[in-house]
Amino acid sequence: MSRITDAFTHGKAFIAFITCGDPDLETTKEAVLAAARSGADLIELGIPFSDPTAEGPVIQAANARALAGGVTTDRILDFAADLRRETPVPLVFMTYANVVFSYGIDRFAQRCSEAGVDGVILPDVPYEEKEEFAPAFRKRSLDFISLIAPTSEHRVGMIAREAEGFLYIVSSLGVTGERSAITTDIGAMVGLVRASSRIPCAVGFGISTPEQAAQMASLSDGAIVGSAIMRIIAEHGRQAAPFVGEYVRSMKDALRPL
Amino acid sequence: MTNAKGRFGIHGGQYIPETLMNAVIELEEAYEHCRRDESFQSELTALLNGYAGRPSRLYYAERMTRELGGAKIYLKREDLNHTGAHKINNVLGQALLARRMGKTRLIAETGAGQHGVATATAAALMGMECVVFMGEEDTKRQALNVYRMRLLGAEVIPITSGTGTLKDAVSAAMREWTGRIADTHYCLGSVMGPHPFPTIVRDFQAVISREIRSQILEKEGRLPDAVLACVGGGSNAIGAFYHFIGDPSVQLIGCEAAGRGTDTFETAATINTGKLGIFHGMKSYFCQDEYGQIAPVYSISAGLDYPGIGPEHAELHDRGRAQYVAVTDDEAVEAFETLSRMEGIIPAIESAHAVAYAMKLAPAMGKDKLMVVNLSGRGDKDCAAIARYRGEDLHE
Repeated sequence: MSRITDAFTHGKAFIAFITCGDPDLETTKEAVLAAARSGADLIELGIPFSDPTAEGPVIQAANARALAGGVTTDRILDFAADLRRETPVPLVFMTYANVVFSYGIDRFAQRCSEAGVDGVILPDVPYEEKEEFAPAFRKRSLDFISLIAPTSEHRVGMIAREAEGFLYIVSSLGVTGERSAITTDIGAMVGLVRASSRIPCAVGFGISTPEQAAQMASLSDGAIVGSAIMRIIAEHGRQAAPFVGEYVRSMKDALRPL
Repeated sequence: MTNAKGRFGIHGGQYIPETLMNAVIELEEAYEHCRRDESFQSELTALLNGYAGRPSRLYYAERMTRELGGAKIYLKREDLNHTGAHKINNVLGQALLARRMGKTRLIAETGAGQHGVATATAAALMGMECVVFMGEEDTKRQALNVYRMRLLGAEVIPITSGTGTLKDAVSAAMREWTGRIADTHYCLGSVMGPHPFPTIVRDFQAVISREIRSQILEKEGRLPDAVLACVGGGSNAIGAFYHFIGDPSVQLIGCEAAGRGTDTFETAATINTGKLGIFHGMKSYFCQDEYGQIAPVYSISAGLDYPGIGPEHAELHDRGRAQYVAVTDDEAVEAFETLSRMEGIIPAIESAHAVAYAMKLAPAMGKDKLMVVNLSGRGDKDCAAIARYRGEDLHE
């Protein structure tokens, strides 16, 4: 069993997204370790990109701060290797196609494998383009994680059948960011997935409160939160780790009874 | 293994979030249907002729030809189109397409404002809602066009993220489309973005080279030796090149914005300084750093101030069919002034990049050679900015 599938064996999974290097990698490390200690089942490590077109304002700003602080793909790969020595929590990189493409897809996958990173999510690489990227990860037993959206409709089966690790269910139209309400019929989307695959499904985009996380996870296998965490980091800067830990605990606690 | 769909050589593709995939598939199907549909094509032709004022003139620039002392220079007068640029050709096509798809709202990015004005115009004409995203820096450089869009009933949203220029406006329009697809068509203004946009926009702009071809054959009885156009994303250039791609005797020259020079960081010359990458839905050449972070490009021209180039141009470059040269701010401003004085035509600062290279190239060509310069837009919008560039405190 891969570390990623293992993440879905402790009840409903709570997945935390953290942009690497905002405001610096030391803070990122403390925040990741705090999140892991507080019950996060998987951490998505964001490699910042200058023009993150799938992100809302909070994560856009986190990307801009991280790049202004001087992080690079190389430094983040070294950082991930360090992090792996301190925690067994499943780690997945989330970034954009050009970051991986410009590094060299195969070279990037090799560095991920050496660092002990378990998979990668590229929101601007849809099903149609994934065979340019996925094989380099697959041959190193890393998961190339796919997404489905409320607009996917008849595409869900096709995507689910080839999905690896877990399936990222985009809860709503639009970009990442907190939302007061999620109106998509998540249960129906998960039902479409289940008709073709037994892959774990985690819901992200728009989740910030324990109530929302519980509601989304009750319809799937887990909840993913990014913007709410990056907001805490933006607010508390280098002192953010305990606040991230406290927040993650409240979110994971909301999933435990499910 | 890359997906072959929507490719120009290795370039192009559909690198977009899953949320948009069904939207581009639906667009491709609708376009394939309309492309073959006689009623669609005749409706579009009627609008291009009756509303936009096509065909545009192919004008013999006699004085410029004489002054430069080389090739005979023709100007393709896209500046005379309704709304003052080639952008209307594409917008009328996409607005008709959107209407046939049942969309009631157009969104667009704009750099210089010409595509935004054209989209606002088509939306007004067809009774559609319109929202235009424009970098905040560009709303200042092109204040007159912001007013024109609002006058035409569009909402203009200034974008402060990133460098506050065209690339940020494209990102904002993509984000908006991701959030609202059912009633909204993203009317992309250049031959860029995910498939099928580079093909759709090229087909709607190809009217330029179709006309040049028949006009020059009528006037000169032969094809031109060179066709020049400015290139940002590359829509006017691909429009001017397209029907000559199969004629190897016709030299195709795209003029990129070098800004303060290709040896500086203040440049937007993608082919000359960029490398292969994936951004805004496509694989192509982009100005970027060693880690793939998109570069904050610069040009005096808001319309060419973009870090990428359309995938079909990237492919024409790869196989050497078209040549891409870099023209600096200084050269473009000088051409802007020269054409104004020499021919009584004030070109858009974008188009002035092509005029500048024509001024270099024409004297090196024989008097028996024919050159066509695509004058993609008119320069009224640029007068205040050029005056400031020359140190005059002129404000609109």
